[in-house]
Amino acid sequence: MSTQLDHDVPNTSIGKSIPRREGPEKVSGKAIYSDDMSMNGMLHGALLGSPYPHARIVSIDKSKAEALPGVKAVLVGEDLPFNYIGMFIKDQLALARDKVMYVGDPVAAVAATELSIAKDALRLIEIEYEELEPVLDPEAALLADSPVIHDKRADYPTMFELPKEPNGCCYTELMEGDPNTIWDQCDVIVEDEYTVPAQYHMYMEPVSTLADVDGSGKITIWSSMQSVGRVQMYVAAAMGLPMSQIRVIAPRIGGGFGGKCEFTNQPITAFLAQATGKPVKMTLSREDDMSMMKSRHGGKIYMKTGASKDGTLLARDCRIILDGGAYADESPEVSPIAALFSRGPYRIPNMRVEAWSVYTNRSRASAFRGFGNPQATFASESQIDDIADKLGMDPMTLRQKNALEGDDLFFCGKRIESASIQACLEKVKQASGWEQKRKQTLPAPPGKRRGIGIAAMSHICGLLASGANVTLNEDGTVTVNSGCVDIGQGSDTLLSQIVASSLGLDLSQVNHANADSDSSPYNFQTSASRTTYMSGNAVKKASENVKEQIFKQAEQILECAESDLELRPGGFVGVKGVPEAVIPFAAAAGRSIYQEGGPIMGTHNWIYTPEDKMDPKRMLLKGFAMMPDGVGILTFAAQIAEVEVDEVTGQVEVLEYWAAHDVGQAINLASVEGQIQGGVVQSIGYALFEEMLWDNGRLINPSMMDYKIPGMADVPYKIHPLLIEMPEDSAPFGAKGVGEICCVGPAPAITNAIKHAVGARVTQIPATPERVLDAMQNNSDC
Amino acid sequence: MTNKQIVKLEVNGDTHELLVQPTQTLLHVLREQLQLTGTKCGCNNGVCGSCTIIVDGQAVRACLSLAVASSEKEITTIEGLEENGKLQSLQQAFIDKQGLQCGFCTPGMIMSSLALLAKNPSPSIDDIREDLSGNLCRCTGYVKIADAVMSAIEVEQS
Repeated sequence: MSTQLDHDVPNTSIGKSIPRREGPEKVSGKAIYSDDMSMNGMLHGALLGSPYPHARIVSIDKSKAEALPGVKAVLVGEDLPFNYIGMFIKDQLALARDKVMYVGDPVAAVAATELSIAKDALRLIEIEYEELEPVLDPEAALLADSPVIHDKRADYPTMFELPKEPNGCCYTELMEGDPNTIWDQCDVIVEDEYTVPAQYHMYMEPVSTLADVDGSGKITIWSSMQSVGRVQMYVAAAMGLPMSQIRVIAPRIGGGFGGKCEFTNQPITAFLAQATGKPVKMTLSREDDMSMMKSRHGGKIYMKTGASKDGTLLARDCRIILDGGAYADESPEVSPIAALFSRGPYRIPNMRVEAWSVYTNRSRASAFRGFGNPQATFASESQIDDIADKLGMDPMTLRQKNALEGDDLFFCGKRIESASIQACLEKVKQASGWEQKRKQTLPAPPGKRRGIGIAAMSHICGLLASGANVTLNEDGTVTVNSGCVDIGQGSDTLLSQIVASSLGLDLSQVNHANADSDSSPYNFQTSASRTTYMSGNAVKKASENVKEQIFKQAEQILECAESDLELRPGGFVGVKGVPEAVIPFAAAAGRSIYQEGGPIMGTHNWIYTPEDKMDPKRMLLKGFAMMPDGVGILTFAAQIAEVEVDEVTGQVEVLEYWAAHDVGQAINLASVEGQIQGGVVQSIGYALFEEMLWDNGRLINPSMMDYKIPGMADVPYKIHPLLIEMPEDSAPFGAKGVGEICCVGPAPAITNAIKHAVGARVTQIPATPERVLDAMQNNSDC
Repeated sequence: MTNKQIVKLEVNGDTHELLVQPTQTLLHVLREQLQLTGTKCGCNNGVCGSCTIIVDGQAVRACLSLAVASSEKEITTIEGLEENGKLQSLQQAFIDKQGLQCGFCTPGMIMSSLALLAKNPSPSIDDIREDLSGNLCRCTGYVKIADAVMSAIEVEQS
């Protein structure tokens, strides 16, 4: 539901482009990231990865490594407590034991006085392996005769029932209506298979952790991560220690995008600190980060869609196979989310989807901005264009005809808070000059052709739990502590703005406390586009709680009824209509701590719960680790790409990009624009360049040289964020999250533009020159 | 180790006599020995540009430079830009235009931009895109970085 903004609050910065609070430290080199820290007596940690994709560990001799001068600890799996950790399936150990599951799977760790010594020591560890047949094809991995990677999986603690198939990690099936009874009624049917790559997060700061242990055995960790609370929980579980013995602090974080969700190298670094009794820092090289850490799920999507000749979408059947890699990580929620979004922002009355996450012998796939949705939407939006083509209909018109509106329910029956997809389509259509550009052949230089393509999309924002504390200082300034980790998206500034705007303060009067598990309230993590909505709500309501307490004190001081009080800019409370009757917040704070009431501390904690639970009777709903109604509120967007294709080389250049997003209400305008522009560019990489490549289970491009992400000259300067502000009732100042949805559309928008330019459908991304040329050659229209 | 050499580095106006391994990069020495951690290591093989510093007026990748080869050269890192505690207009422009998000690429991006403006005081948007294409950023999509550089030029010229 949409609502009007509360304009009664004075001094609001909502909607303005407020510069980042941490800007000065980031432009001056003073911002401290994990690897910038050092401590007295600090040791350096390094990890040894498995050389084989699938092998049994026969024996390990670490004596030579231990004997190397400067080496303080050499740890292997057998040295650690046998504690499995993981989110939905506890299937991972801090170091492999008995078996290795991928090339790079950490099998030993060293702490030494110098990094170079630690690395030398790794080479002295002698491990005998017995190679096993690797499982590399996720579809073959499900067949009965496939080797089994997790032969002990019956022992793993899980949050849901695992599929019976040999390497099945998660199976989800959703159905509304029944497409199999409808195909006969369809005038047009498109059917294809789509291939999507594993995309590496390529946060600019590689994974890094510093762990220290104090005299009582309490471990303190500084790390590049997306949640202090999650890391605290995993380290405690791995070490078999109570969470009260683990403290986790967030320094500045150099990007995450999902790759630093859950845990990375924190447990093993903590073990090294515990083993040596010294602080240990472990920063991965880029090559190790790429080989050992995580990625977006690659995979295959089989999709069939049918429509009537007037363009009404009638039926879809979809099978999604995602390669989850060696450990489950967040796979059991990624493939269900892919399934949930495989219908797109449309009404398709007969829809069936099955989605798999499958274990294979490659590095684990994880959360990555969009969380399964970019994969599903690539297939879905490609088919919408192909149906429009077959019907001779404008793809924009087809989308407008079928897009959800008003009281339509989302797939699985989830209620839509604000059906803004139509507004997004209209806005992006106007801004891009769509009608004019689709009518004609776009003028292009010799040897090149130009095209324009669209994608419509939806995503979630919200989910799980967050809390916040706002405390009033004696001088009337406030401190906000929400446990949010700002990984670069700007939440420190945004949450400060929400507090300031709730209390009429200047931003300079709000202190934003760093996330520290010793003092911060619980916050799930920086993921799921959830910070603005979840923590934003928590800090807003905690601020309102502070306001109530300030007003109670002000009632006494100003001798009036609470209803006569008003906030005034800069931290003052006054009597309505009486300009001279005013006190500073400091007076209320002073009275509370020296006279009556006690310190003023506002708090709010909550968990996202849908207003109406979905009815499992109206659909088939199987294998969701977390129910689809619990994944937060829906957001919508429509994006258009204009591209130029070289007819000789197949090279594609994106010339201009328009992205219309329903953001509810921008809290920080430039930050919202920056999120959208950054997300679009990250997914231009997904669409055109980025692909992790394996040869027999070995990653063959683990360097920035061999794995290209877009540089400034590879992407357009003209990336236009177009904001639609329909404030959402349940959101702080109406603001919805935008961090992921911006990544969902570029792959199909770009491949649809390629099709408009050269008439060829690219069904495998990245759309490299070779694949574009292949598609052109296979297409008789060219 | 016996093969260490003494090197005299002039960094941000200060002279340091240091004992370094001949194989050590300038990046390693700046970060580990001089604690100048503003210069970042994103790839350590000369691709990402996060370690860009200015050596004798040229933008240089500290991860590809040997410390022993940097003797007697004038080295400027991100920590050397403030004048009397005040940010340079280019630094301020990165803040004002939100030409940064996580901030990890920012020092290198600013050093490359400074080197560009030193040789071409009024670059076009395309000059900027071309010249800064060796500095990778994963957060911003580059638009606001280009805007920051353009805005700094306007400030300088007004």
